[in-house]
This record gives sequence, C-alpha cells and structure tokens, in this order.
Amino acid sequence: MKHYSAFAVAREALRYHTGWERAWRSPEPKKRYDVIIVGAGGHGLATAYYLGKNYGIQNVAVIEKGWLGGGNTGRNTTIIRSNYLQDPSAAIYEKARELYEDLSQELNYNLMFSPRGVMMLAQTQHEIRGYKRTAHANALQGVKTEWITPERVKQLVPIINLHGPRYPVLGALWQERGGTARHDAVAWGYARACSNMGMDIIQKCEVTGVRTENGRVVGVDTTRGAIECDKLGIVVAGHSGQLAEMAGFRLPVESLALQALVSEPIKPCMDVVVMANTVHGYMSQSDKGEMVIGGGTDGFNNYTQRGSFHHIEETVRALVETFPMISRLKMLRQWGGIVDMTGDRSPILSKTPVQGCFINCGWGTGGFKSIPGSGWGMAQLMATGHSPLTEAFSLDRFKEGRFIDESVAAGVAH
Amino acid sequence: MLILNCPYCGVDAEESELSAGGEAHIKRHGPGSSEDEFHDYLFTRENPKGVHFERWRHSNGCGKWFHAARCTNTLEVFGTYPAQTTEPPKQIRDAITAKRPGWSWREFS
Repeated sequence: MKHYSAFAVAREALRYHTGWERAWRSPEPKKRYDVIIVGAGGHGLATAYYLGKNYGIQNVAVIEKGWLGGGNTGRNTTIIRSNYLQDPSAAIYEKARELYEDLSQELNYNLMFSPRGVMMLAQTQHEIRGYKRTAHANALQGVKTEWITPERVKQLVPIINLHGPRYPVLGALWQERGGTARHDAVAWGYARACSNMGMDIIQKCEVTGVRTENGRVVGVDTTRGAIECDKLGIVVAGHSGQLAEMAGFRLPVESLALQALVSEPIKPCMDVVVMANTVHGYMSQSDKGEMVIGGGTDGFNNYTQRGSFHHIEETVRALVETFPMISRLKMLRQWGGIVDMTGDRSPILSKTPVQGCFINCGWGTGGFKSIPGSGWGMAQLMATGHSPLTEAFSLDRFKEGRFIDESVAAGVAH
Repeated sequence: MLILNCPYCGVDAEESELSAGGEAHIKRHGPGSSEDEFHDYLFTRENPKGVHFERWRHSNGCGKWFHAARCTNTLEVFGTYPAQTTEPPKQIRDAITAKRPGWSWREFS
C-alpha cells in the first residue's frame, strides 16, 4: 500500500496522476478463512481491522452482498456523539468517539472528522430534566458534556429561533467534541487498511446459508460458492434477521425504514450539529454546504430502503419552525436505510446459540457514530470470547431483564 | 404512502390516518409459561423479508384495531381483516398464496 501524503499528491500531480493504485484488492474468495465477517459496512470492516491490528488474526474475509459501504454506512447523517445516559452505552460510544479523534492518522485516510460540537435542544420541561440528568451521568462516566442556556445556544447557532410558538428552546445538552465525519471514508479507510493486512474483501457475494456441524459454525454458502471458517461474525444491520434465520436462531429485532434528506448547498450558516428530539429532527451542514437533515423512523416493518413521504414532511415542518431561514431551501435528495431496532433501542454484540457464530446488530438509528468502538469490542469478543465493552449488550439480556434502556433516556433520537 | 382499507368502517385510510402496531398473531404467554416462551412473546419477532402479518389502528378514524397482511419487501398489501381472530381468514391466505406461493408463518400457511 502506498502511503497517502502531501508529497504523494505533489508527486502524482507531476505525472498526471497515473501512479495511484486501487485502495483495496478485490480477490476471489479462498476455500477457507479463520474468520468470516458478513457485511462490509463500517461495523464489519472495523471488526475485521481490529481483529488484525489488536489480535493478529489476519486470515479474514469480509463478505458483502452489494458494494462496500453501500448500506447504512453510506446512508446516515454522519453524526458522532457519546452523550448517552446508561453506563454501557456511554462506554462504547465514548470509546468510538475517542478512536475517531485520530483515526485519520492511524488509517492514513482522511475521514474528515470534524469535532464541531453536537447540541441537543431541550424544548419541553421534561427534556430539561432529562438532559440535566444525562449531563450529570456523563460527568460520572467521564464523558464531557454540559447543560447550556438558551443564550449560549443562540451564540453557537445564530440562525436558530429560540421563541418558536410551539417548541421554544429552553436550553441544550452540549457535547463539544461530538461532530461529524465523512461516512464513506470511514468504510473506505478501514477497507484499505484491512486489505493491506492481507484480508480479503469480497463484494457482490451474497451469503445464502450458514453451515453448522454439531451446533458449531463451519462455514457459509454464498453466491460464489461455499467458504469454510472457524468463526463467523454477522454484521449486517437491517438483514440481521435473515442471517440469524440461516444460522438457526431468532432475534429480538425488527427492521424499519429511516429516512434522511439533503438540501442544495448554501454558504456556511451553522457550524455545529443540532438535534431536536421532541420534534424529531436534526440538522448539520456538510463541508459542501448542504444542510443534512434526518428524522424519526417510519413505524412499520420495511425492507425497501424507501420510506413514507409524510415522515419527511413532519421532520421538515418541525425544523422550519426552529430554523425559519431554511423555509425556502430546495431539497436535493432523499433516501432511506433499513435499521434494525431492538426492544430497548440498544445494540446486540454477542455470542449466539451457534458456537463460533457472533452477531453485531440492533444499532438501530445510531450506528455510524459507534463504528470504531463497535469494531473494537466485537473484535475482542470474537478473538478472546469476552469483552468488557460488549458484555452488557449480550443477546440474553432480554431474557434476564438487563435492558439498556435508551429508548426513554432523553439522549437519543428515533 | 401506504393505503390500508379499514375492515370496520370501510375507509381506504392513508398511512397518516393510521398507527402501526407491530407484529400480529403473537401468542400471549402468561403465568405458568416457561421463561423461553415468555421471552419470545415479549421480544422475539419474525421480522420477515416478505409476507408479514401486522396490527394497525385506525387512530385518526374509527379508532379500532385491525390486522393487515403485507409484503415488507415490496410494500404490497394483500388485504386487511378484523382483529378478533388468531389466524388470518381464508380469503386473505388465498390472496397471499396467489402472489407468494409457498409462503408460511409460524403454525399456519
């Protein structure tokens, strides 16, 4: 792998950019690997990367049905934050945020990580109490967040309307080191690093079955033939239920559509991320100047990667009230992704009833921010059988009543 | 936008008039059931990519709960029927079989 640097750009500029090589190989699948990861999105690739980097397991294949990063990794609104209420959530999301800080340098790939600050508006008395509680919890967890007044909100976001008729801004939970990153680059950066370690990233290869012997996983059937493995990691977000069914177990997960949209590019007007959970909308401005907008999930099971238009209308209606200046903006694109929702709105990173088979799913509406932490924990779980980061997120927590209840913790949007 | 016919008031209701209520025909396990049964009742869902039976409420209309048979992969609606049943009626099942031969759902098909 050639190192990316300012010198490389200058060198290539002098020879008409003929010397750039492909960022990752596209090999034919081998007959056997130590570990197979299903799903070449951010989480799958990060899992493979940390298996190689932290545990020296490099005979790894990452199998992808479509193209690399073409699922939810390329469909989210790129927000990174770790201001969660519950301790296990704060731990894994803060680990991810920490890793994001210098991941560009580590991967030698510009992820455009921009810790511009994430603000969650409190627009009801209930939210004030909820966010103050989260700020106190974060202080104990070592996650730097603070409660800020409406005046400070206005200072940070001049375009905001504090005195909306229905939802006045009463304050906000502010995480200074939260922000955004280029979502495709996260997948591409990890893929390049994995490929460089000798791992095989196999795209356009759909898993059609999971082979087991005596309750132990031995390989997968794919559209490009059978591949053997010792350990299997299922990291496929919306299609987790399908893969689990192939492996012979069921999940407490439902797949729903979540939509996002982006406006025409405008001059810089907002340099932080603003989330308004009461009205179900959040917005940030990309480096190209587009306003990136997301909202809540559609309410019904859906695998089509498109959602209902009236949900977008609801999101935009609410945001226009809070940001009157966006009322004349034209929207460029709108799209949907399939998110896997669990009962307590927390992810599952776990061993499964099938020996040697691990699952990483249930990130629901908040997967992108957690990619490095999720990969780190999942790799540890797969390599050693135990990880303090993922312990609380096991599949049996539902049976045992150990919910990580973020659905009512006023720190998340869905 | 999803349009479902409310089997009670007969209105072709648009999605914004309805509330989704999740998977239908879940067997309700109570006292005396095993832990696994109770866990499955509370949390485990079929979540199929294809034929799905689900509950809806005509919340901005007649207010009643009903069931719908729908494909989660194409958003095609096979039909709706009243909620006072443990299985979909025959004409719904026939309608599904006509378009998705070989489908199945737990105990019935």
